Amino acid sequence: MSTKIKINSQIFQDSNNIYYPKDESEVSDLIRELYKQDSPTEIIGNNSKSFIGNKTQSANTTSLSKISGIIDYRPEELYIKVKACTPINEIEQVLSENNQELAFEPIDFGYIKEGKSNKGTIAGYLSCNYAGSRRFKVGSVRDHVLGFKGVNGKGDIIKSGGTVVKNVTGYDLSKLIAGSFGTLVALTEITLKVLPKKDSSKTVIIYPSNFEQIYDFFNKLSSSSSEISGAVFIPEQSKDKDFVTKKNSVFKFNDLKSNISFIAFRVEGDKISIEEKINNLKKELKLSNSDISTLDVYQSEPFWKKVNNLEVFEKTEHNLIRMVIPPANGSKLCKHLENNHNYFVDWCGSLFWIEVNSKKEEKIKDLKKMAKDFGGYLTVIKTSSEYDYGEAIFTVDKVRLMISEKVKQSFDPKRILNPGKMYRGI
Amino acid sequence: MSEIALPKIDSSILNRRSEIVKKLSKLTNIENVLSEADELRPYETDALSVYTQTPLAVVLPENTEEVSEILKYCHSENIKVVPRGAGTGLSGGALPLQDAILLGLGKFNKILEIDYENKCVVTQPGVTNLGITYAVQHKGFYYAPDPSSQLACSIGGNVAENSGGVHSLKYGTTTNNILGVQMVMMDGTICRFGGKSFDQEGYDLMGLICGSEGLLGVVTEVTVKILKTPEVVRAALIGFPSIKEGGDAASEIISSGIVPAGMEIMDKALIEATDNFSKAGYPRDAELLLIVELDGTESEVNELIKKVEVICKKNNCSSLKLSNSEKERLSFWAGRKAAFPACGAMAPDYYCMDGSIPRGKLAEALLEIKKLSEKYELPVANCFHAGDGNLHPLIMFDGNDKEQLRKTEEFGSEILKTCVRLGGVITGEHGVGIEKRELMCEMFNDNDIQQQLSIKKSLDEKNLLNPGKVYPILRKCAEEGRVHVHKNKDKFPDLPRF
Repeated sequence: MSTKIKINSQIFQDSNNIYYPKDESEVSDLIRELYKQDSPTEIIGNNSKSFIGNKTQSANTTSLSKISGIIDYRPEELYIKVKACTPINEIEQVLSENNQELAFEPIDFGYIKEGKSNKGTIAGYLSCNYAGSRRFKVGSVRDHVLGFKGVNGKGDIIKSGGTVVKNVTGYDLSKLIAGSFGTLVALTEITLKVLPKKDSSKTVIIYPSNFEQIYDFFNKLSSSSSEISGAVFIPEQSKDKDFVTKKNSVFKFNDLKSNISFIAFRVEGDKISIEEKINNLKKELKLSNSDISTLDVYQSEPFWKKVNNLEVFEKTEHNLIRMVIPPANGSKLCKHLENNHNYFVDWCGSLFWIEVNSKKEEKIKDLKKMAKDFGGYLTVIKTSSEYDYGEAIFTVDKVRLMISEKVKQSFDPKRILNPGKMYRGI
Repeated sequence: MSEIALPKIDSSILNRRSEIVKKLSKLTNIENVLSEADELRPYETDALSVYTQTPLAVVLPENTEEVSEILKYCHSENIKVVPRGAGTGLSGGALPLQDAILLGLGKFNKILEIDYENKCVVTQPGVTNLGITYAVQHKGFYYAPDPSSQLACSIGGNVAENSGGVHSLKYGTTTNNILGVQMVMMDGTICRFGGKSFDQEGYDLMGLICGSEGLLGVVTEVTVKILKTPEVVRAALIGFPSIKEGGDAASEIISSGIVPAGMEIMDKALIEATDNFSKAGYPRDAELLLIVELDGTESEVNELIKKVEVICKKNNCSSLKLSNSEKERLSFWAGRKAAFPACGAMAPDYYCMDGSIPRGKLAEALLEIKKLSEKYELPVANCFHAGDGNLHPLIMFDGNDKEQLRKTEEFGSEILKTCVRLGGVITGEHGVGIEKRELMCEMFNDNDIQQQLSIKKSLDEKNLLNPGKVYPILRKCAEEGRVHVHKNKDKFPDLPRF
């Protein structure tokens, strides 16, 4: 059966009119045919993160969910090569058997979407490039991709990178693909750098008294030789009783006080060095034992899972914003958000998750202006049902948009792949 | 080396030389435009000095606006431009063209801002790699990527080549250590990608620029991340009686879960050469020398170094020394850091190769190179960034002997063939430049190259910025903008694809 017939037949599609190509060459055939027909398609994996970004303007949907499975895992070479839509859970499972992990700590967006875990696929992660709490220490998803294969908007199978850490052979297209929301290629194969899991972890909780103190702590933590691998600030927001209740129930741990704002920082390594680092940090931050609580490994691990699952915003029906700014401006932003929007701060002061409980898009516009003034950006990760997209959900300036258009043109001249997903016209 | 094809010379540009020089003198200070033969000579080559070419003129702008005006002018007049940093590149990326302006960034030599609160430094591209660390080390910070040329190479050049160094396994290469760049496109558009915050949203254009070898834009400002200097750094210097045992030990260190800050391997030839040259006190009876560096807190480092010791003893090491002071640690590195000059002292010329291989294939690669050295009757010394798989064989030869030149080139090609066969790549950190340009057709297939050329075309439609570099040019194996490989006519005809 020719691809042309196939794409019009029920064999290739399910009852919802979704195409399910089984392998790379079928993806290529399908996109080549859609290219000929000038017929754009939405690209999805397991649909766990497809709510992020604009709604695509396309008649077709292509699911890459059948392009799944581990191709080559070499623990001693610190890499794993997988088919693009291999579920994150499957990858984490096989890595864990060899005491290794994806160091960028994938965020589980399932909780904000439907209140339960749904990590989706590695292609989805790469397309969004949203790393978890360890980001400021180990880099983002883009820093862990060694190479990929995929199909561009003309139906050509292309590849870039390889399996080695050091590789400057040609343009580094892996970086470009990271965070491109499926608008440049339909991914078929991804090679990731993996790292050994740390033996153990402990989390120290501090209860700061004001915003200046929070950022003073963050600054000292990120300036220390005793490296930490996570630092969050969870505010009390006493005026919003629902948030307080939610916060207290999500972060309910034996050794954590409730009804109070707190900073939590994580130290990882072998047991002796964890103690040494915590002692050093206590001295550097001038903390006595009575000022802090400590979560042992059995509390520390679930604590960071809850942070990375965004559980305080579980099933949120409001707009959820992800804002990244240079940390030096963080205390100003905290002051603005205090009792105004629910939020928490990750990445040792750089990443803000903000819930905007308002029908007025002005609020998002104001926050975007603030993000830009502070030298950062924001993305509306989840929109409320009333959101009319009057304010763009991504942040982009004119020059970058112009260059992005050119780059898009070079991969996908007819805008077949996920048109409009990121910006209008791309 | 052998003659290399460069883009077709535009004689109309050559004829207009004096007019162009005059115009450039209006776009920047007149003293910043060099056009006399003796002024141009220092710019004839970069660190791949076997190739030389006098540029049409050299222009040394002083600020971003001047760069923009110069590029805008060249764009409108169809004048080619070759950007140049410190000229320390080893793949000929900054080799001038007869009908092109050489745009030197040497005057961009100031650090603009040191921002400890945001842990970054905003710098002009002409500042040296080590210059950044010098500026922040009094507060206990440093810039992590450390290519061996770090004393001289510029940060702008590091961005162009995505430079690494001995610590890349743990700390990454340039692309993982910069936060933002300001860049001027060939049409003069000034743009900014990233800034002081992590992970710009949208297409990662900074990631695309990093390692693009000056083909997509001229970087005029870089924001780099700075890191706190580790509390303790210790090194182990370990000798092995055979290549296999040393290679196995290096692999076992990684697979045991240790991520060393640096891990270097030297073979017997290099141990002797560097020890003669720098009196580093290396174990001269060893077939292979392994230097492992660990950093972190005191107990962390002591714990890890114990593990390294156990692994090395298990793999029959013949000698093992652990550094007990900073002075001793630096002495372990003294020989390794002198590897290139040491080879320079042993033969009239040396040719430095730069492949990457999977770590576990090291023993196989070194044994293969040893056999090739016997076959070509040319001495070779090998150093290897064992942490990240980057192999640097140094072939020693006499450049005045044509036959030796030919053999060296063939030897080099066979080494790269071996790297690709073992699952690696043809360049780990030196870049493609003109040196490995023809090999791109072998590394990548038609679609892959075509996609990269499309990106180039979208950002530099007239192909005026650093043309003839990285991608095979029209008359070699790319015709009508499409690339195909003429089997057996290339410099490395039988290299397999991967």
